Parts: sequence; C-alpha cells; structure tokens
Amino acid sequence: MNALDLARWQFGITTVYHFLFVPLTIGTSMLTAVMQTAWFRTGDEKWLKATKFFGKLFLINFALGVVTGIVQEFQFGMAWSDYSRFVGDIFGAPLAVEALASFFLESTFLGLWIFGWDRLPRGLHLATIWAAAFGTMLSAYFILAANSFMQHPDGYVINPVTKRAELTSFGAVLTQNTTVATFAHVISSAFLVSGVAIVGVSLWLIMKGKSVDAMRSTLKLGAIVAIVAGLLVMYTGDVQAKIMVKQQPMKMAAAEAVYKTAENVPFSLVTVGSLDGSEAYWALDIPGLTSFLATGSWTGPESTVQGINDLQAEYEKKFGPGNYAPYVPLAFWAFRAMIGLGGLGVLFAIFALWITRKGRVPSKAWIRLMSSIALLVPLVGISAGWIFTEMGRQPWIVYGLMKTENGVSPTMSSFTVGLSLVVFTLLYGALAVIEVGLLVRAVKIGPPETVELMDADDANNGQTLTFSY
Amino acid sequence: MTHDQLAIIWFVLIAVLWCGYFVLEGFDFGVGILLPFIGKNEAERRTVVSTLGPVWDGNEVWLLTAGGATFAAFSLWYATLFSGFYLALLLILVALIIRGVAFEFRSKRGTAAAPNWRRNWDAAIFVGSFLPALLWGVAFANIVAGVPLEMQNGNSEFTGNLFTLLNPYALLGGLVTLGLFTTHGAIFLALKTEGDIRTRANKLAGQIGLVTAVLAVAFGLWTQLAHSNNTAASVVVLVLVVLAWVGALGANRMGREGWAFIASAATMVFVVVFLFTCLYPNVMPSSTNADATLTVQNAANSQYTLTIMTWVAVILTPVVLVYQSWTYWVFRRRLSPSQIPDPEHGSLDLPHEVSA
Ligand code: HDD
Ligand code: HEM
Ligand code: HEM
Repeated sequence: MNALDLARWQFGITTVYHFLFVPLTIGTSMLTAVMQTAWFRTGDEKWLKATKFFGKLFLINFALGVVTGIVQEFQFGMAWSDYSRFVGDIFGAPLAVEALASFFLESTFLGLWIFGWDRLPRGLHLATIWAAAFGTMLSAYFILAANSFMQHPDGYVINPVTKRAELTSFGAVLTQNTTVATFAHVISSAFLVSGVAIVGVSLWLIMKGKSVDAMRSTLKLGAIVAIVAGLLVMYTGDVQAKIMVKQQPMKMAAAEAVYKTAENVPFSLVTVGSLDGSEAYWALDIPGLTSFLATGSWTGPESTVQGINDLQAEYEKKFGPGNYAPYVPLAFWAFRAMIGLGGLGVLFAIFALWITRKGRVPSKAWIRLMSSIALLVPLVGISAGWIFTEMGRQPWIVYGLMKTENGVSPTMSSFTVGLSLVVFTLLYGALAVIEVGLLVRAVKIGPPETVELMDADDANNGQTLTFSY
Repeated sequence: MTHDQLAIIWFVLIAVLWCGYFVLEGFDFGVGILLPFIGKNEAERRTVVSTLGPVWDGNEVWLLTAGGATFAAFSLWYATLFSGFYLALLLILVALIIRGVAFEFRSKRGTAAAPNWRRNWDAAIFVGSFLPALLWGVAFANIVAGVPLEMQNGNSEFTGNLFTLLNPYALLGGLVTLGLFTTHGAIFLALKTEGDIRTRANKLAGQIGLVTAVLAVAFGLWTQLAHSNNTAASVVVLVLVVLAWVGALGANRMGREGWAFIASAATMVFVVVFLFTCLYPNVMPSSTNADATLTVQNAANSQYTLTIMTWVAVILTPVVLVYQSWTYWVFRRRLSPSQIPDPEHGSLDLPHEVSA
C-alpha cells in the first residue's frame, strides 16, 4: 500500500472511532440534563439516581470522545497537508471557532458538573450540565459546517495567483442548506442512538430487578426520544437526499446502484447481482421509491434519476479523464445499513415499551441479550451513514475542487504513516477493550441504592469530597 | 485594517494561546510528572490527581485552540509544521491520549479488586505528562532555530526527519520546558494542597527550580545570541523571564504560595513571548533555503478570513477567560488526603469486592 492508501485508512479508522463516542456524548449529555432537571423540579429521588447513573456512563464515554478528538484537530496538517493548504482559508475558520466557542464550554462546564455537586447551589449546578450539553451541539454545528464545505463548496473563490480556495462568505459556509440539513440529520441520529442506548440499559436493569422504579422512567424517556428522533432522522434524511441529488448526483446514483439514467427508479431493499450492476439476478424492490427520495416524484419525467454511466461521461467532459464514481457496493450497502440498523433501533425502543407496559417485567433470556447489545445496532448504523457520506464523495476530497489523491502530505513516507496507523489502531483497540469493560461493570452495579447530597456550606468547611479522581 | 496588520495581530493571538497553554497545561504536566514521587500512598496520589480533576480538560483546549487558530490564520504554517514534525507530533498525541484517559479511569477500580490498575494508569499519567513537557520545548526550539525547508511544487516543505529535530540545542530547549513545567506544577501543588504533600511540593519546587534556572539561562543566552531576529526586544523579555523565575523561587522559599504561582505563571508567559519575539517576522524559518522561510506575511490567510476570525476571537476569548477563572474560584479550596472518600475503593467496584 502506498502512503495515500495508508493515510486514507488512518483517517477513516480514527474518524469513525471518534464518531462512536460523539453521538453518545451529544445525546446522553442532554438527556442526563433532562433527568437532572426532572429531579430538580419534582424532588423525586429516582431522577437523582438516574442522573448519577447515566451521568457516570456518559463520562466514561466522554473520556474517549475527548482524547480521540485531539487527534482529529492535528491530523489534517499531519497527513493531509496539501489539502490543508488548499482549503485552510475556509476550513480552518469553523475548526478554530469550534474550539473557542464549544470545546472550552463543554470541557469547563463538565468539570464544574462532575466536581461541583457539593460546591454549587443546585440550580447553578443544573445549569452547568445544560451548558456542557449545549457545547456539544455547538461543536457538532461547526465541524459539520466544515464537513459540508467538503461535500458542497460554497462561499469561496479560487485565488488565481495562489490557486488556493479563499473564503468570501463565512455566512454561506455556516448557513448553506448542506450544513443545516446535515446538522439536523446528525443531531437527530445522535439522539436516536442515545435513546436506544438508554432503553437497552434500563431494560437490562429492570430485568435484573435493580432500581426498577428509576429504570422504568428512564426507559420511557429513552424510548420516546428514540422514536421521535427516528421520525426526525427520516425526515431530515429525506431532505438531505434531495439536496444531495442536486449537489452530488453521483453519490445518489451509487447509493442506488443506478447505472443508466431512468424514470420511476425502484428502491431495492436487497439486490443479488453482479458487482458492476450490469445484471441483477434477484431483487426485492419498492417501485419508484428511489425516484421519490431523490426528486419527490414517483413516476414521470420529473422522477428521472441520473445514472452512474451518464454522470461519468458528463464528468469526464468537465474534469478530464478519470474515474468519477465511488466504490458502488460500499455506497449501496452502507446506505442500507444506515437506514436499516437505525430503523431496527427504533423498533427495539417500541418493543421495549410494549413488553414493560403496565409494570410488566420480561424474563426471557433472549430479551436480556437483545437489550445488552441494542446500543450497537444504531451505532453501527450511524457509522455506516458517515462511511456512505465520505466514501460516496470519492474520488473527491473537496467535491469538484480537489481529489483525495492530491490532498495527501507529499513529504509523508509510507513508513511514517504506516507506523502511525499501526500505533493508532493498536492504541484505540486497547482503549476500546478497557472502555467496554468499565461500561459493563458500571451497568452491572447499576444506579446507587441511596444517594446523599451535601450542601455547598458543608463542603466548603473541609468535609470529604463527594467525588474525587 | 490592512492584511499586514491583521497577520501581525494573528501572530500575537497565537502567541497568546500558547501563553495560556504553557501557563495552564504547564502545571498539569508538572503535577503529572510529580505524581509518582510526591504521592506516597493512595490517598495522597488521589489528592494530587484531584487538584487537576475539574480543570485539566479545559486547560488542554488551549492547545486545540492554538492548533485550530494556526489552521485558520496561517494554513501554510499549519500544513508545513505538522506534516514536517509528524513523528514528534505522533508521540505527543499518544501521550496526551493515554494521559487524558488515565485521569478519568484511574480511580474507577479499587486497589484490592484490580491490583495493577492504578499503578498502570499512574505510569500513563507520568509518561503522558513527561513526553509532551519535553517535546513541546524541542518543537519550539526547532521552530525558532529553523529547520531544513525547501520549495517543492511551490510549497515550503520539511526535508529532515525525526532525528533532525533531536539536535543538542533543541534537546536543551526540551529540558528547559520539562524543568519549567515540573517546577510550575510543584508550585501549583503547594498552593492547592495541605499537609505533607504541600511541604514536599514546596521543597521539590525549590530544588528543581534551581536546576531549571541554570538550564534556562544557558538556553536563553544561546537563543538570544544565535537565533533572535529582534535582539533588543528579546533581551528585555529574557530579563523578564529571569526576574519572574527568581521571584517565583523566592516566594516559594518564603512559603508565599500564591505569589510563587503568579510569578511562575508569569515566567511561562514571558518564555512564550521570548520565543515569539525571537521568531518574528518569521513563523518557520528555513535553515537551508531562505526562499522557503515561512513568514507572518507569506503564510497568512486571506484578509477576509483574518477579519472574521479577529471578531470571533475578540468576542469569545474574554467570555472563555471569565468562566474558566470562575472554575478556579469554585474549586479554590485546598485538598488534603483526609478529604478523599474511601481512598482504596474504586468507584466501579461492588462493595463486596473491596473487602481489603
Ligand atoms: C457531529 C459531531 C462531531 C463530529 C462530526 C466530530 N466531532 Fe469532535 N467532538 C464532538 C462532535 C463532533 C463532541 C460531541 O462535541 C465531542 C465528543 C466528546 C467531546 O469532548 O466533544 C468532540 C470532541 C472533539 C475534540 C476534543 C474536545 C475536548 O477536549 O473537549 C476535538 C479536538 C474534536 N472533537 C475535533 C474534531 C474534528 C477535527 C473532527 C473532524 C474530523 C471531529 N471532531 C468530528
Ligand atoms: C464532520 C467532520 C468531518 C470532516 C471534516 C471529515 C473530513 C474528511 C477528510 C478530509 C477525509 C479525506 C481523507 C480520505 O479520503 O480518506 C475524509 C474521509 C473519510 N471520513 Fe470524514 N470527515 C468528517 C467526519 C467523518 C465522520 C464522523 C466519519 C465516520 C464516522 C467519517 C468517515 C470517513 C471515512 C470512512 C473516510 C474515508 C474515505 C476514504 O478514504 O475513501 N468522516 N473525511
Ligand atoms: C429514512 C432514513 C434515512 C435517510 C433517507 C437518510 C439519508 C441520508 C443521506 C442522503 C445521507 C448523505 C448526506 C450526504 O452525503 O450529504 C445521510 C448521511 C448520514 N446518515 Fe442518514 N438517512 C436515514 C437514516 C439514518 C439513520 C437511521 C441514521 C443513524 C442511525 C443516519 C445517520 C446518518 C449519518 C451519521 C450520516 C452522515 C452525516 C451526514 O452527512 O448527515 N441516517 N443520510
């Protein structure tokens, strides 16, 4: 493998890994804030237990989100220096604002929240988790604005002298429809993942008979969030699809393996065929659905979806010879995995509501097994969504402006990037094992049986800390 | 404002971010390095780590912001520097990863339930603090002294390797930051703890501080004589570095911990100012080809981007400073081992597992 391939593997692995923790952080920080608010308003101890418990799980997750994020901040310069030179004038700005506006907010206020139980008045302490949760959303917004520029460059000109892209409208980068739609889709899918995670954990503990009262309430909360988020994900995904067809028609063609431009294109749930799409042996189709997703029309000339072959010809005319199609089987299956696994997550949430209705406690072993792995299903789905988005954009790193092969650092040898790839992979693998071990342990212990709270006055008189590292 | 002025403003702002980083994460590194030496038992070690608990992540964001700001304001510097110093940066990243995780995870398991758990994480904290404390000095020394850069396809590219960076001058710079951060951390610990830890930290600060002073004077003079582009200004800053450090060690000796901390924080600021003063108007000089030198002007991004970013920085930085200072105020109380709840017990072990 050459340096380019290794750099791509490294970027893919480190970013997908970072994004395993990100959606859980976004969703769970906010839901923990909701639980604490419920306690603050009602004084019901079950919400305090739930806050402490899910807060603990959230923090174990957050730790890895933070440390893997550090790599993200630097790896554009390390492995993608020509890319950084080309788009830095645009791409650097949201990245810097992200750090200044949101990383400071989330890290500082989470510190206050974790250690501040006995230091801050209750209302103020509640405000700190809301501030942190708000910070994670803000962070998502800016980084997604940066990513959206790569999907659909806007608000820039190419400087004729330096040949670099230069920002002409920061407003356009922050508010173009790609950014807004992506943000809505990513945030709702993050809530979907977190909702399902909370349902899974709550159901498991209910079946174990631990803190049943509190876990029933969190199960309901998680399920409602997952279901509502699921609807929003579908809606926003549909909006994204329509935007994508205009901005990156090749990606939609690849997602559906549509080779020839056609009307009334079906959506194949499953296709068994030759890889190049020249022949389909067997397919389970929903007629016209692809056309509808892409255009809003089921049939007729408005439902025309451009095919890969026609787009390829068009791009060759525009950009010169080369292959302008992404790897189709990957795009096709990643798109289905995203939708399918996210959908399964929602079904699980509905199922969990149903089997625990009116105080019922399920006892079947398979249900317990299901609840313990439920979280993974939408998590794989959300990663598939990113893999689709990013791989579907290939061969471009910045759509229509720069190819991935031209973005890589020219001075980086394959030894260097190979070494860092091995180091990151081994380190991340080891951390995953430790992290899962801690999460499992924390879930097994379950929420605290009793919770005592100290007041700020006692604490300042030199009493034992309620929490220490 | 003209493009030239904006570029200078951003050079200054990036220096400010590094000042924040050296002051704040500087003592984090120091505390991490001292952890195995100053904490004689579990309760003490947990006290030491807890002094950083609420603040370390916020401190690290100064680095992330410095990185992001360099990308936004001087993309060419960001690209050449980080791709050139690739392996050194990889080491720093690995160190920061294991260290951050270690803070969060070390007290999750008890000493009885998992005998090696805490020892391993403590090692991670030590290594994860030691390496960056050394390597940031190596990196900055190389930047100031210049590294081999050549023009390739119109871009200034690093042509050396990891060993190019490990030259005597740069290694001396590394030892200086290592010593400064360790002392700064000891002074911080003396300020934030009570009892034995405080006494030990105070003593260590004095000892390590003296050794550091010798190294720092050697490095400072070497830099001043060989690598300063603005000799008059940099010599003034160098004097300030020395005065602040003398003040820090003096106050430490007298047990005036608050003053000692302020003075050692001032030293960190002056050190960064000194390095950036020597550097200006370059951001990354080439030691082999003057045409490949990156300067404040030729590496700066567009006027539009710099203007936007200036507004963002002017509005947000004071807000950040206010709430970060507030955190330090909230957690102003000194810690002592007697406040650590059940020191041997991990927060993720069932009570019956920690029978010891
Ligand atoms: C959709 C949301 C999203 C996406 C796509 C990314 N991140 Fe992220 N990132 C977050 C949302 C987020 C977060 C939820 O805000 C995190 C998780 C844990 C945390 O501290 O904040 C975070 C953490 C985090 C941190 C650590 C912050 C800290 O120390 O507090 C850094 C430096 C980055 N990210 C940088 C990046 C970069 C450069 C990305 C692009 C490749 C990226 N992230 C993708
Ligand atoms: C929103 C911020 C993001 C930015 C700025 C971003 C940027 C990039 C860049 C620069 C590349 C080029 C490297 C390459 O082609 O290999 C890339 C590729 C990739 N990204 Fe993203 N990305 C973001 C989010 C994500 C997320 C959250 C994921 C997954 C969870 C992801 C998954 C991938 C994958 C799998 C590739 C590899 C594609 C390939 O190499 O063919 N990205 N991305
Ligand atoms: C009917 C359901 C869905 C549709 C129509 C849909 C559509 C899309 C489309 C078109 C994209 C690509 C956007 C682009 O390339 O610019 C995308 C990306 C993505 N999807 Fe979905 N999606 C659906 C469900 C889901 C589910 C259930 C999840 C999570 C569990 C999810 C998570 C993601 C993520 C993380 C991305 C990448 C980030 C982005 O660009 O938004 N999606 N989705």
